[in-house]
Order: sequence, then C-alpha cells, then structure tokens
Amino acid sequence: MDEIIELGLWQMAAAYVFIVLLYFILKARGISREKELFIATIRMTLQLVLVGYILAYLFDNNHVLWIILIIIVMQFFAIDNIFKRVKQPLSKKLKQIIIISMVTGTLGSIFYFIIVVVQVTPWYDARYFIPIAGMMIGNSMTGVALGVQRLVDGMYDQRAHIETALMLGATPKTVSKKIVNQAFDAAILPTINSMVGMGIVFLPGMMTGQILAGLSPLTAIQYQIAIMLGIVGCVSLTVIMFVQLGYKAFFTERSQFKAKLN
Amino acid sequence: MFQLNEVQVGNILFINKLHIPDKRITCIMGESGGGKSTLIKLLNNFIPYDHGKITYNGEDLQLIDPILLRRNVVMVSQVPVMFEGTVQDNLLIGLTFSEKSTPKVEKLQKILSIVCLPKELDVDAEELSGGEKQRLSLARALLMEPEVYIFDEPTSALDEELEDKVMGNIIEEIKRREKTLIMVTHSKKLAATFGEVIVHLKGGKITKVREVTTNG
Repeated sequence: MDEIIELGLWQMAAAYVFIVLLYFILKARGISREKELFIATIRMTLQLVLVGYILAYLFDNNHVLWIILIIIVMQFFAIDNIFKRVKQPLSKKLKQIIIISMVTGTLGSIFYFIIVVVQVTPWYDARYFIPIAGMMIGNSMTGVALGVQRLVDGMYDQRAHIETALMLGATPKTVSKKIVNQAFDAAILPTINSMVGMGIVFLPGMMTGQILAGLSPLTAIQYQIAIMLGIVGCVSLTVIMFVQLGYKAFFTERSQFKAKLN
Repeated sequence: MFQLNEVQVGNILFINKLHIPDKRITCIMGESGGGKSTLIKLLNNFIPYDHGKITYNGEDLQLIDPILLRRNVVMVSQVPVMFEGTVQDNLLIGLTFSEKSTPKVEKLQKILSIVCLPKELDVDAEELSGGEKQRLSLARALLMEPEVYIFDEPTSALDEELEDKVMGNIIEEIKRREKTLIMVTHSKKLAATFGEVIVHLKGGKITKVREVTTNG
C-alpha cells in the first residue's frame, strides 16, 4: 500500500488517451482548436519532463547559486506574464512599480515562510525552496495582474470623477482611494475564495501530490494549511504594495492626471 | 491676479502676454477648439505647459503647491460630475476634498437658492436633470469660498432666462465677497451683461482683450 506506483511507458501512454478523446470531440463538433490542443499537450509534456530533470539534478547538487538563479528565472517569467496579461499598454513607471512590488513582496514572504514557518536548514534546500517559491510567486502573479488591470480600468473609467475631485482641491491619494481599494479587493478575492472550497470542492494540487507520494494525509494538510496562509500573505503583500505605489503613476509631480500612460 | 508671459501648450495655445485682473469678471470667448479650456486649465495648474511663465499673485505657479492652489482657484468643468450620494453629499464634497469644515444646513439652502435650485438636500444627485446638475456643481464651488472661481461654460445646459438669473445671483455673491471670476462662455449676452474683461481667443492666440469700464 505504501509502495509508490511508478508509471510505466504504457501507463503514461494510456493517460494520453484523454487528449485523443478531446481531439475527436473537437473534430466531430467542428471546433478548430486542434492546433492549440496539440501545442499545449506537447508544451506541457516537454516543460514538465525538463523540470523533472532539472529538479532531480538540483536535489542532488543543491547549491545556493542554483537557487538564486531559479528565483531570478521565476520572477522574470512571472513579471513578463503580468505585463502580457494586462490589455492596456503600461507606462515605464507602472512597470517599475510592478517589478518592485513582485520582487520585494514575494521574496519577503518566501523567506519568512522558509525561515520562520517551515524552518528549513539550509534555507536554500531545493526540495522546499523551489515548490514554495513557485506557489507564492505564481499566486502573486495572478493577484498583481488582476490588480493592475482593475487599477488601470478604474482610473480611466472614473476619469471625469478624478478630474472633478482634483479641481476641487483633492489630493491624488484621496481621489484614488476608492479605485485603489477596489483593485486590491478584486486582486485578493480569488485567493480568499479558494480557501473556502479547499478540501471539500477540490483537493489542492500540492496536498494531492504529497498524498500520492506516500505522505500521511495529516502531514499533507499541515503543509497545505501553512502554504495557503503563506499564499494569502504573499498575494496581499505584493498587491497592496503595487496599488499603494501604482496609483501615483497616473499623476504628474504637479498632481495633474495623466491623460496617457507613458 | 494672473499674469501669463510667452506661455505655450503644444500646438494648442500660444499666449504672448495676458493679465487677468483681481476682483473682476473675466470672460474668455472664441470658437470651439480655440484653446479656451486649455487656457483656464493652466490657471489652476491642471495641465502642464511647455514654455513661458505664469504667476498667481506675483508668485511663479510652478512654485505653488498645486493642491493648495486648486483650493484657492476652484474650477467647475463644463460637464457636471455628480458623486455617489445626495444633493447634500455633492454640495459638501468640495469641502471634504479640500479638507475644510462643514457648514450649517441653512448655509447649504442659501447656496441652493443662489443657484436657483429648489431641491431637498436628501434627494439622490443622480435623479437631477443636466441643468440641475450644472447648478449644483456651481453651488459646490460657491460653498468652498475660494479666491478665484473658474467656470467653463457654466450655463451651457440652462435656458436663457435661467442663465440670466443664475449668473446674476452668482456674480452678485462673488462681487459681495470681493472675489475673482474667470469664465469661458459662448454666450455673447452673458459676456455683454456681466463681463468686465473680455478675452477673445482664436487658433490658440489672443486676438483681442477688451476692458469694459464699469460705473461701480
């Protein structure tokens, strides 16, 4: 029972039957998504195989420089993803604020989690550091992307109100308060909601993985609870930093509303 | 009050020299796209300018805290904007934004009568008509008691009769307070009745400045 079942080649091949099934459904219904399905399946397979080998190598050759490199790569992809997800073009200043919030917010949370909560020694143990950093950066990425979108939309939808308030002697801070709060709320809501269904509607991926890997469900939930709290903290921290700094990018030094973000 | 020297805003506005006097009614006239709104938005430092110098009471505009300036030079835009809440909330919001204390209800009612807006204070501001919103936004500015009032087409949503009455009342109040009014208007009648300095703009340049001598 405690023996982990290793999936053999035929077993893996059997799993790809699900993709073949989807392919036939798409074909039969005349939905032209076959190309995306094909690319997504290939990418998923190659990326995971690659990650598997990289992680296996790192676990055997754990070194602080590897961990630093990994975290840089993760941050780079997460930040790039935020830039791409927001529909409007972003100003240089806003991009800088996104970078600052992501880097400081996630690093602060990750190190607190690794050193104070889990107490991993050495802190750069790849087995702990990489999955924890991945989950925190990934969730913050989603949160900040939502926050950016809501902030930009809010500022332009509410332009007439912002300008009127400025004409009546309001500070940019007062003018933006409601929009900043709405952006923060929208960005953290999915994270809060995900805690509600956890364990009932779905079993979180990390916990499922640990259980499949033979860990006791009781240990698995300890980690799941801790990481969930860590994620909430990390998302809140990065998003609040972003919105608190981000609204300023919409005003000049002379407290004039910027008609265009550039 | 305001002095502009060689001020340029992109290719929209070129002001060689302009003096806007203290405690007078200055009307800015001219065709659409002539730079009228741009000109008044310079005065409360609402938009940046590329060249030149603007002074307010002799002080360089760029050296004045823009927020404090806008609390002394209050602008009402052409399209009235209502904030969530009642007529009272919307009257008071200017004072809230500029961190000033709240007046008594009687004062709010008096201000509403000046702008000829006989409405209850607890009416939802969104229920007002365009003309009523315009008068409410003028009342909001009056309540702030600034040194300078800047109105952009303050009567664009009012009929002629109401225009005369509302502006007559407002100007009487501003005169009583010994303050300055600068307004953009299309209405020749409004300018002829109340204007003391008339500035004509065309293609972003001043074509004529006329001072009307008054007997008072």
